[in-house]
Amino acid sequence: MSRILATAMSEFRIAFRNRWVTIATGMMVLFALVLAAAGSAPTGDVGVDRLSVTVASLTSLAVYLVPLLALLMSFDAVAGEVERGTLPLLLTYPVSRLQILLGKLLAHLAILGLAVTLGYGAAALAAIWSDPGAIAGLGSLWRLIWSSVLLGATFLGAGYALSALARRPSGAAGLAIALWLVAVVLYDLALLALIVTDGGGAFTTHALPVALLANPADAFRVFNLSAAEAVSVAGGIGGAAGTIPLGQSAASLLLWPLAAIAFAVAAFRKVMP
Amino acid sequence: MTPTLTISRLTKRFQSVEALKQVSLTLAPGKRAALLGHNGAGKSTMMKIVLGLIPFDGGEVSVCGAHPGSASARVQVAYLPENVAFHPALTGEEQLRHYLALRGENPSQATELLSRVGLTHAARRRIGTYSKGMRQRVGLAQTLIGRPRLLVLDEPTSGLDPVSRRDFYDLLDGLSAEGTAILLSSHVLTEVEARTDRILILSGGELVAEGTLADLRTRAALPVAFSVRPAPGHAASLAAVFPEGVQGDDGLLRLSCSQAEKLPLLARIAALESAVADLDVIPPSLEDIYSHFSRRDGQ
Repeated sequence: MSRILATAMSEFRIAFRNRWVTIATGMMVLFALVLAAAGSAPTGDVGVDRLSVTVASLTSLAVYLVPLLALLMSFDAVAGEVERGTLPLLLTYPVSRLQILLGKLLAHLAILGLAVTLGYGAAALAAIWSDPGAIAGLGSLWRLIWSSVLLGATFLGAGYALSALARRPSGAAGLAIALWLVAVVLYDLALLALIVTDGGGAFTTHALPVALLANPADAFRVFNLSAAEAVSVAGGIGGAAGTIPLGQSAASLLLWPLAAIAFAVAAFRKVMP
Repeated sequence: MTPTLTISRLTKRFQSVEALKQVSLTLAPGKRAALLGHNGAGKSTMMKIVLGLIPFDGGEVSVCGAHPGSASARVQVAYLPENVAFHPALTGEEQLRHYLALRGENPSQATELLSRVGLTHAARRRIGTYSKGMRQRVGLAQTLIGRPRLLVLDEPTSGLDPVSRRDFYDLLDGLSAEGTAILLSSHVLTEVEARTDRILILSGGELVAEGTLADLRTRAALPVAFSVRPAPGHAASLAAVFPEGVQGDDGLLRLSCSQAEKLPLLARIAALESAVADLDVIPPSLEDIYSHFSRRDGQ
């Protein structure tokens, strides 16, 4: 455990010096505030508090930003060590590859946690400031924070895995961007196209829920929207959220990080310095 | 005394290339062995196998009684890679604190370690601003953590100036006196000569010679060179006495003979008395011995 913590301390320091902490936090706060300002109009008669509406908007933001930040922080994790030539020495230390990855994960999760807490917190403060009743939505805000961290963990793990598979930072960066495009953008577009062509048929009722749970980003969106019962204000893919039990999307959110990290460790073990 | 490192009939191949062929060696506690060889002779490969960084195809390797790369071996082995690198964003002190923590030692020893390698003044500067020699010293400092039983040093003195080299070998002397076995590779033969107990020459993946420098010198049986300066006016007569000699443009007469003929030849030259102005006896250099062994087998 102390080895994981020592690795995490070093990684956090490196990320701080490389301005990742500032970039991640600044990005989240900026986007969250823009959303809070822009999203404050369509409330009033929806029947939910303003913070819950903000959380629904933040969920849509987080689906894009959290995976992106996670991949940007993680793609260098193994490939960077290989390129700098720091990996052979590190691997002769009495520390396992799992411990190394967990240390990096801990540091990167702390940064992500800090960024989303400050970002969402800023948006929440704006909501509560304009509508004191919005305090009722704090529960959904908290849920959004920890589920964002879990979503981040999945993509951090995926980033480490790609980093270990690519072994060169440039290759790893390309793979990371490709993964982000596929998992976060193209996947949803494909689902939307299928829904439209299906016209409420078997695909929409049977395959769509499975397809949403199979993608960590969609599981995250479905979980937060259905938990906040804010489906009505979300629309789009999120509209399907109501049909998926909360427990299933929560399970997907919890299992994906484990799978991603197991994959990352397996890929890292294959890297020969 | 059980050896710290035992390698027997070690074989390693990369695709069709045999990087190491049936290499065997043992290293007892407190002994220093120097590994010499051309680039690509298999030095780094052998070190990486000893460290457990890469697998091997045949033979046996035992590091402090354990399998190379196992948890118990890693606790007892320290490594200095060739061209050691660190994360440029960390300071020397932070990097060493990290390594100390990974070895389960108190991170506050970082300051003392840095002072042992003469880096106190740069402890709080980022490693990105360090010179190659300074990075090498950080690399040395991390090998001193936690009294390792085996040190594996790949070209440890590259990038160090002559004074730092001497300090470095003094550090090694201290460690070997405490029982640490040291396996190092080097290109600088003269420093290896004085500071190691044993020399191992690898060539094309084979261990072609092993022993003390004196052993290798005897075994190589390379000729001894004589350089004779004739007294003024005696050049022609000297050349007549030694028809096998080669007369140089600089006026020196060059002779060579086997080790066994050295003293008789010396006596013949001395007998000429005033015809000889000066005489130098040049034993085969370490470079000569090294090339003699490493060029065998058509290399």
